[in-house]
Parts: sequence; C-alpha cells; structure tokens
Amino acid sequence: MTSSSLALRLQTRRSLLRHPLVERYAPVVTMVLALMVIWYIAAVAMNWNLVRDGFEREETPYTTTHVLAGTMSAERPLLPAPHQIVSTFVDGVFGYPPLAPRSLVYHSLVTLSATLIGFAFGAIFGTLLALMIVHSRVLERSLLPWIICSQMVPIVALAPIFIVVLGAIGLTGLLPKSLISAYLCFFPVTIGMVKGFTSPDPLQLELMQTWSATPRQVLFKLRWPSAVPYLFASLKVAITISLIGAIVAELPTGAEAGIGARLLAGSYYGQTIQLWAALVAAAVLSSGLIGIVSLIERGVNRRMGAH
Amino acid sequence: MSILSEPATKLRPEHQVSPLTSVKLAHSSSPSEQPPSIDPAPKRLVVDAQDISLTFDTADGRVEALSHVSLQVAEGEFVSFIGPSGCGKTTMLRVIADLQQPSSGSLEVNGMSAANARLGRSYGYVFQAPALFPWRTIEKNLKLPLEIMGFSEAEQQQRVEHYLSLVNLTGFERKFPWQLSGGMQQRVSIARALSFDPAMLLMDEPFGALDEIVRDHLNEQLLQLWKSTEKTVLFVTHSIPEAVFLSSKIVVMSPRPGRIIDIIDCNFPRDRSLEIRETPEFLKIAQRVRTGLRAGHSYDE
Repeated sequence: MTSSSLALRLQTRRSLLRHPLVERYAPVVTMVLALMVIWYIAAVAMNWNLVRDGFEREETPYTTTHVLAGTMSAERPLLPAPHQIVSTFVDGVFGYPPLAPRSLVYHSLVTLSATLIGFAFGAIFGTLLALMIVHSRVLERSLLPWIICSQMVPIVALAPIFIVVLGAIGLTGLLPKSLISAYLCFFPVTIGMVKGFTSPDPLQLELMQTWSATPRQVLFKLRWPSAVPYLFASLKVAITISLIGAIVAELPTGAEAGIGARLLAGSYYGQTIQLWAALVAAAVLSSGLIGIVSLIERGVNRRMGAH
Repeated sequence: MSILSEPATKLRPEHQVSPLTSVKLAHSSSPSEQPPSIDPAPKRLVVDAQDISLTFDTADGRVEALSHVSLQVAEGEFVSFIGPSGCGKTTMLRVIADLQQPSSGSLEVNGMSAANARLGRSYGYVFQAPALFPWRTIEKNLKLPLEIMGFSEAEQQQRVEHYLSLVNLTGFERKFPWQLSGGMQQRVSIARALSFDPAMLLMDEPFGALDEIVRDHLNEQLLQLWKSTEKTVLFVTHSIPEAVFLSSKIVVMSPRPGRIIDIIDCNFPRDRSLEIRETPEFLKIAQRVRTGLRAGHSYDE
C-alpha cells in the first residue's frame, strides 16, 4: 500500500516534469536565471572598487556588507544590477506622460517612426533591386559588386556624411535618419529576394514555359509566391537592422530625441543606468517589430497552405 | 502507322532471324492484315520529325543525345519511348515540346514548328514529379494554366470540375498538394496537363517515382483517359511491361549516340485490362522490346 502510493507520487512528480508547459518554458527560465546570477556576480565584482573608494573618500567606516549593498544601488555604477535597469526602464516607460521628453515611450516613438519609414523604403528598394538582378545578367554583374561594397563601409562613418550632405540641401530630421536606416536594411532584402526569386523548381519554370506564360505571369504566379519564405526571413533581419540604422543615425545629429539621443546623453553624463534602460527599450522595440513581422508571416503562411 | 526510322530499317535484316520480327514485318508492310478496329483511315500527323540530331557540349566533350532520329506520330496514337538512361528518350520529348532545340533536322508538331506549337499550347506536359505549386489548392493548381491562358472564371470552374472528376479526384478541390498522396498528386498533374484541352499529352516517366501497385492502377486509369479523350500521348518510360501495356506503338531507343533501334506496333484493343499482361501476345511483344534493347547494346554495362 505505502510502496504503491510512493510510486504514484514519484510518477506524478515525473509527469509534472513532463508537463508541456514545463517542457516548453523550463529551458528559457533556466537560461534567464543563470544569466541573472552571472550578471549580479559581475555587477558586484565590477562595482566593488568604485563603491569602496567612495566610502574611503568620504572617510565613513564601512563593512563588507555595506560595500556589497552599495554595489547593488550605486548611482553611476560601471555595471548596473538588473533590478536597477528594470526599475529605471519601468520608470521611463510608465513614470511620465508618453510624450514627455523624459519618457522612454516618447524616445522610442521617435526612433520607431524613422525605423518604419526606413524599413519601408529599404524593403521596397531591396526587392526592386533583386527583381532587376534576377531578370538581367548584365545588371547582376554591374549592380551586385556595388551593393556588396555599400555594406562594407561602416555606417558609423557614413552616417555623419549623409547627415551633413542632406542637411546642406535642407533635409533634416526624420528623412535623413530614415535614409540611413533604409541604406542598411535594403541589403538583406536584396540578397534574400534574389535567392527567393530564383528558388522555383526548374520543373515549375518549365511548366510555365510549356504554357507559354509571359515573364510577368512567371513573376506573379511563380517567382513571387516562391520567394515569400525568403521575403519574411530577410524582413526579420531588415527590420532589426533598420532600427539599428535609425539609432546610429541619431548619434551624429546630436538629436534631442530618440533612443540614440538617450544613449548619447547617457554616455556623456556617465548615466549608465539610463544607458542600459535605453538599450532595453531598443531590445523591446526590436523584439516587438520582429514579433509583428512573424505574426504577419504566420498569417500569410496559413493562407498559402503551410502545414 | 507511318513511323519511319532509318536505323530501324538498317537493323531489320538482323531482326529477320527472329520469328517475332517477321510477325511485325507482316504487320507493318501490309496494314490491311491488322484488325479492322484500329486506324481505319490514315490520320493526320501530329509529330513529324525528320533526321533530328542534338549534341551537347559538355566538359567531357561532345555528347550526341540524339542522332538522326526520324519519327512520325499520327493523331490518337499512344507512343511509348523506352530505353536505358541516356538514350535520348526524354530529350526527344523535350525537343518535341520545344524545351530544347535540335542541332539539325526538321520537326513539325501539330502542323507547325515546335516553337509555334508550344506558343499555340498544343500539348500538356507531365513530368516525373507532379510539380504542383504548394501554395495553391488543388483547384487553384488546375486553374493555373487556365489563368495564364486567359480562360473566363466560369470556364475555369467548369473545367476544374470536369478534369478533376476525370482523374477521380472530385472532392479534393480545397486540399493543398501536401495533403494528397504521391499518386493522387500525379493525377492532379495529369488533369492539369489536360485542362486546356491540348492536342497532345507529353509524359516524361510520369509514374517513375511511384510504387508498383499505384503504378498499375494509374496505368489503367491512363488507358481509360486515353480512350475517353482520344488524345495523342507520347510517353517516356523505363518499364517494358508499362510500355507494352499502354502503347499502340513502342519506340525502342539506345544510347551513345541516342537513336531509334526499333519501332513496334502494339495493337491491343483500347479497353485492355491488366490481365492481358499474362497473355502470350503480350509476352511476345515484351520479348521483342527486350531484343531491341539488346541489339542497341543496352544491357552491356
């Protein structure tokens, strides 16, 4: 009797471990916890001297416990502890009205608008380039090297040039940022879509030939639908890159708003916590954007009969 | 019954040794002796190929895929091409379909050049793989050639229903290709090839990737289809029983260079069943195909 109930309990415990929710989220939770532990240890180690020197400068007596507590709540730590970042982030998001200059929501929206415009430009331009490349050997040979070269110049070096030149002809604000963002994000779209447009099975192409399909029909009825999986793969890369482009574009302009501006301000004044909070905002933003693209992808896939 | 082939003629003296050949010679020399049900009147030529050659330049030098192939196919025939890999049977089909151009020789398809025949949508092509478009439902797959050719919406719908029922797939309109078995998918691809009512059906090993049981079943269905639609069918295969079972004419080919070895009449009644494969007549023809393949050194490697 007892042995059987024991066995039963063991079994329930084992089946709890195999519960789908547990199986699904246990690895993620474990990773996050491990990361937190490492982060806290690193925060203590990196901020230790800073805090101890502070105590010594002020000539206040201190114990190890004091220093330890200090590393967790320093005002300008080398490495802020996770809870500090989270509380600053939450404060930035919810602590102010959304359009106040100190609100992270406001800065995110500024960067987001440049990102989305740049992404739209980049995706359309990238797709058009891919179309041209797929349909003409000459264009492939003449365009592709330039496309690749365009990505070898570091954007940090290129961005100020863009800003200055565009500023000289009277373009300031949103547009130069969007252009830099588009400049970065068209590339994965082009490469992905060239691959996508050439992905149809040779048999499918020959079938179209036996039906005497026009190039337009081949494009819209075969090449375009075949390219859809590649389109979404490259759009996911492109949208994060365009966010990075928009942030980088905010650095040399000395823009007063945007995540880039927050990062710049944070590093000028040694506001490390603010810096990290801005980074978290950028991460949340890009995850959200990818999430939206994935959602659209899932919808499209369902309509295209994916199983 | 107007199939000409020079290499075949050259081989004839050698063939006459076998009694089987004399049977065939009797057939081909005097059509009046054939059962009256078959080809009562001479029919229009759908394929007229004279002295077709095709050479590829590959890294290992020139390959003669087709060498002086002459072939005539009359309307309503079921012609099988059989031979080992590399004998040019697929190439011949592709040349007729204008998917490849011959290096020399003259070719008329449906009374015009092969290119015009393709532009005029004279044939439906069935590949070894169904090559359905995975993002389209079965219904939409059937509609694809019709959309391209500009049929009206109502006409498209009507043809989808007709041709799906012809291949016994009514009720599968809204399924996606992956929801169908390999054999069903190939039936869809046959329906798709027929949907715009071409003069000819070109089939390149359409059942090569299917198992024997499905294959037998589809062979029977294809015969039914041939009987009901009276299309001209050109059919590439590796399988001797399949060729003999389906065809009204078997073209035996051999490799290096790709050429026609023999052309065999095979006039079983159109509504034959799988059981004829055990009859002596069937085995005789199969034996002749094998003899032809051997004469072309197809068994040498």
